[in-house]
Amino acid sequence: MDFAFTEEQQEIFAAVKEFCDDVLKPRAREVDEAGEYPWDNVRQLGELDLMGIAIPEQYGGLGLGVLEWAVVGELLSAACTTTGAVYGAHMLAEYPILQFGTEEQKQKYLRPLATGEKIGAFGLTEPSAGSDAGNVQTRADRDGDEYILNGSKIFITNGGDAEIYVIIANVDPARGTRGLTAFILEKGMPGFEFGKNEEKMAYKSLSNRELIFNDCRVPAENILYKEKGGFRVAMETLAVGRIGMAIGAVGLAQAAYDAAVEYAMTRVQFGRHISEFQAIQFKLADMATDIECARLLSYQAAWRKDAGLDFEKQAAMAKVFASEACSRVCDQAVQIHGGYGYTKEYPVERYFREAKLFEIVEGTSEIQRLVIANRLLKEAKAK
Amino acid sequence: MHFIVCIKQVPDTTEVRIDPATNTLVREGVPSIINPFDENAIEAALQLREKHGGKVTVITMGPPQAEQALREALAMGADEAILISDRAFAGSDTLATSYTLARAINKIGDYDLVLCGKQAFDGDTAQVGPGLAEHLGIPQVTYAIDAQIVDGRLRVKRLLESYFEVVETPLPALITCVKQMNEPRHAGLRGVMKARKAQIPTWTAQDIEADVERCGLTGSPTNVIRVFPPQRHRAGEKLEGDVEQVVQTLISKLREAKVL
Amino acid sequence: MAINIYIDPDKCVGCKLCLGACPYGAIVVEEGKARFTEACVLCGACVSSCKFGAIIWEQPKKEEVDTSQYQGVWVIAETHDGRLAEVTLELLGEGRKLADTLDEPLSLLLLGNGVEPLASVAGHYGADRVYLVEDEVLAHYRTAPFTDVAVGLINKYKPSIVLIGATSMGRDLGPRIAARIGAGLTADCTGLEIDPQERLLRQTRPAFGGNIMATILCRHARPQMATVRPKVMKKLDPDPGRQVEIVREQVSLNEKTIVTKIVEIVREEGDEQVNLQDAEIIVSGGRGLRAAENFALIRELADVLGAAVGASRATVDAGWIPAYHQVGQTGKTVQPKLYIACGISGAVQHLAGMSSSDCIVAINSDPNAPIFDVATYGIVGDLFEVVPALTKALKREFGQQ
Ligand SMILES: Cc1cc2nc3c(=O)[nH]c(=O)nc-3n(C[C@H](O)[C@H](O)[C@H](O)COP(=O)(O)OP(=O)(O)OC[C@H]3O[C@@H](n4cnc5c(N)ncnc54)[C@H](O)[C@@H]3O)c2cc1C
Ligand SMILES: Cc1cc2nc3c(=O)[nH]c(=O)nc-3n(C[C@H](O)[C@H](O)[C@H](O)COP(=O)(O)OP(=O)(O)OC[C@H]3O[C@@H](n4cnc5c(N)ncnc54)[C@H](O)[C@@H]3O)c2cc1C
Repeated sequence: MDFAFTEEQQEIFAAVKEFCDDVLKPRAREVDEAGEYPWDNVRQLGELDLMGIAIPEQYGGLGLGVLEWAVVGELLSAACTTTGAVYGAHMLAEYPILQFGTEEQKQKYLRPLATGEKIGAFGLTEPSAGSDAGNVQTRADRDGDEYILNGSKIFITNGGDAEIYVIIANVDPARGTRGLTAFILEKGMPGFEFGKNEEKMAYKSLSNRELIFNDCRVPAENILYKEKGGFRVAMETLAVGRIGMAIGAVGLAQAAYDAAVEYAMTRVQFGRHISEFQAIQFKLADMATDIECARLLSYQAAWRKDAGLDFEKQAAMAKVFASEACSRVCDQAVQIHGGYGYTKEYPVERYFREAKLFEIVEGTSEIQRLVIANRLLKEAKAK
Repeated sequence: MHFIVCIKQVPDTTEVRIDPATNTLVREGVPSIINPFDENAIEAALQLREKHGGKVTVITMGPPQAEQALREALAMGADEAILISDRAFAGSDTLATSYTLARAINKIGDYDLVLCGKQAFDGDTAQVGPGLAEHLGIPQVTYAIDAQIVDGRLRVKRLLESYFEVVETPLPALITCVKQMNEPRHAGLRGVMKARKAQIPTWTAQDIEADVERCGLTGSPTNVIRVFPPQRHRAGEKLEGDVEQVVQTLISKLREAKVL
Repeated sequence: MAINIYIDPDKCVGCKLCLGACPYGAIVVEEGKARFTEACVLCGACVSSCKFGAIIWEQPKKEEVDTSQYQGVWVIAETHDGRLAEVTLELLGEGRKLADTLDEPLSLLLLGNGVEPLASVAGHYGADRVYLVEDEVLAHYRTAPFTDVAVGLINKYKPSIVLIGATSMGRDLGPRIAARIGAGLTADCTGLEIDPQERLLRQTRPAFGGNIMATILCRHARPQMATVRPKVMKKLDPDPGRQVEIVREQVSLNEKTIVTKIVEIVREEGDEQVNLQDAEIIVSGGRGLRAAENFALIRELADVLGAAVGASRATVDAGWIPAYHQVGQTGKTVQPKLYIACGISGAVQHLAGMSSSDCIVAINSDPNAPIFDVATYGIVGDLFEVVPALTKALKREFGQQ
């Protein structure tokens, strides 16, 4: 067992950290408030080769693993959670193409994603299909060499700004999840339109648009994996996505913790630094312990994925624990800042708002527990 | 076009201390970085390469661990790197340093532009660039805030105390770069990974056919005989009370002291 | 091996390129080969003009320099708009002290065009002698001709000490001269004194961004050269009765041989053209201001006092104010009568640029800020309260008079 990063990993993470400190962090507040997609940051992610970390070199990526992808995501999220979210959602388009795509699909779609030339998005959620992903209403009807898509998706991260989309539609609604099919769509295809952008409690600059399919014709060669194979595509994608969500929460929690420690060591009340009060010390201890657990769970899930081991249970555990830990940590970080923590003067109020998302997207905490329990019981039965 | 960038590895100055017992610099545990102005020089060279083609070679004279600075420069996008390292170079002042760098550049041979930082964060002298230009027998343009190659000639905007000066000079030439010149790029991960694997040759005094009498401590006319912490002024008077009162006290004190 | 220059006849092709490069007209070409005449002062200007590497320039090794031949203290003048720069006057003041201690003369090396009237001014400020070189080519400072002329005269007259202002000009010229003659050059000095026993120049300078001071000697090489930071040394009160000896030096400079051309001088417009270094009062703002727009508070106070506006590096890096307002190690060194630091913590780099101000007022909410260690008067408080109150009180104060 080895918990250390290799020298190469350390150098890679150091380079990313420098970029985060110099570029992302100083602008994070501006990004939070701007209400415009952070193109400048996103462009730089591509220039610095961060958009294809876990994609093999033959498809324009760096050829590293999910672990490296995750640790970089942690650093990005700590510096600018919005940019971290773009990075995470991008992978939700890359991963299914890598895993299920044909060679032609990989050359055509994966390469520009891996180099950062184009941004990706993943569309599953619909107004009546959230946790209940099987209830997807978007229809895909075969017509010769094409499928005609009709319906809509909501909340889609990078929606409208991305150029390459992995969309889950249903070719046979009667069969529920068994009719689901994954398609690769390109921005600009006739009948593929964008609707409303959600107004949110945080992440003002992150796009979460409605995708509208209006007799949208998609060539049959754009099916990912196979007809009616969409449920598997979606579930495997979300499993990797959960590692990303878990580690994003770790990064954000770390940023909140760092801010809290710094503040506790400088704020003076009753003639001493508040860090000298045991009540504050205990908070810090709990926060740090939460973060450490969340991080180890996340790294472990990523490591299992790279090692070719079953990782879905660990990814779900990491996601539910890390997202809830992140909310606890951000909550306490505001508490340690007192009234100042409630103002825009300090970043913790933003962290507090941002944290909540991790408990909801890519499967709510409740759904993660269902996934975990499902696995546990299966394992128990198998014994 | 061939651009040669001279870089120096320096300690992050804000963290340098003096050991009060031995009166020497405590460099231990202080992170080493590429001299910040040299990053501007690297960036300038990369931009010129992007415009005019050619290659960028980075060189440094320093101990073996200075190789790390060269790797960082390679990660940013430099094509080649050379470490100039020999016990004989230890203790070089700016004269010996610029002589040694000139020998190395002469060995490289073909070049169009040499780029240096304005000054190094540690030695802080700003003397190596002009010294090097002299040893190479080429024109120098210091304090460059912009450098362009127009019709084969170098056109440089210089940042001086209270104005800018635009000068033109033929190539080959040497410039020293200021911070305001550009925003040095961050190393991409592909660059970091490539730089890790790059072979970096080390050139000794013999390799560059340097006269060792002119290198290192022997070749350095200046000798640092003592280092000491800067003198701290003794603390003055603290004025206390409510704001109005404090402000009034201050004004009358300043009047008494005849500074107002 | 003493300092020496000769032509390698095997390499010389008699192309005459070097003739134009020689400011002293000391090269002739006879029978297809170049040769140096008696007029050569060993300035080395010709070396780089030779495309065939035929001019061999040997620098002395240090043990071979006869230091006793070198006598006198020199200051190299910097002029702006027909006036001697402040730093030159400061160096004359300091040079006077050194020359008196050594009991040697103090000379000014004055290069320019139409600068003769400045020679007597130099006398008023302490110079015994002025070496005057006037030529159109020298009208504006440029590295090559200034180096050539200065090296020629240094080799001819052999001063033991040469001082230059640590300005953009001095820091361009000094190292070029030093490299050509193989002299040591101590950069950016803030203290100079003569070691009484060895009669050597002890040069003290900050290094490592002002974190340490170093004292430096040039035991063997001559002259002992130093660039000296402006606003550190004191100029003398001018004595209009003091006479100065003028030594006019002839050089033959040719614009055609000077490859570097000044194309344009660009001055920035607007009221920001403050010269911090000449200001008697400076009001400076630091990170404590929290945002660019809050510099308005600093400007308001500065207006009432007729003061210039300074800034810490953090605020410049944050883009709140242009770089020429920056005070400190990488900015400007200032020495006003009154320096008011608002919301500046006082990192050593900042202190290096202002701690020799006559009177320092610090306003900072952190009682442990290092700025208080150098402040004459410290106010621990919120600058957003104190600064407006001070502005208001001063307005009242000045209004009453
Ligand atoms: C900022 C943001 C970005 C997003 N990005 C994307 C994206 O890129 N692509 C995409 O496809 N989707 C995206 N989503 C959608 C997101 O994945 C869904 O919102 C999420 O899966 C929850 O679905 P829902 O909102 O419909 O909630 P619901 O499913 O309606 O859940 C409501 C509540 O009921 C609980 N609940 C539901 N079912 C059960 C059950 N069986 N047992 C116990 N409790 C249950 C839930 O846990 C929750 O507490 C995004 C959402 C947001 C807010
Ligand atoms: C406390 C202290 C004080 C000193 N004072 C003096 C002094 O007054 N005079 C003096 O002659 N020496 C002095 N030295 C020695 C001086 O620091 C060294 O000679 C050093 O090798 C180069 O000088 P610098 O750091 O000032 O570089 P600078 O001249 O400030 O550097 C300018 C540029 O030259 C290039 N460069 C500098 N060094 C290297 C290198 N090693 N390899 C490649 N490129 C390089 C870089 O592009 C750099 O940005 C001092 C040293 C110390 C420790």
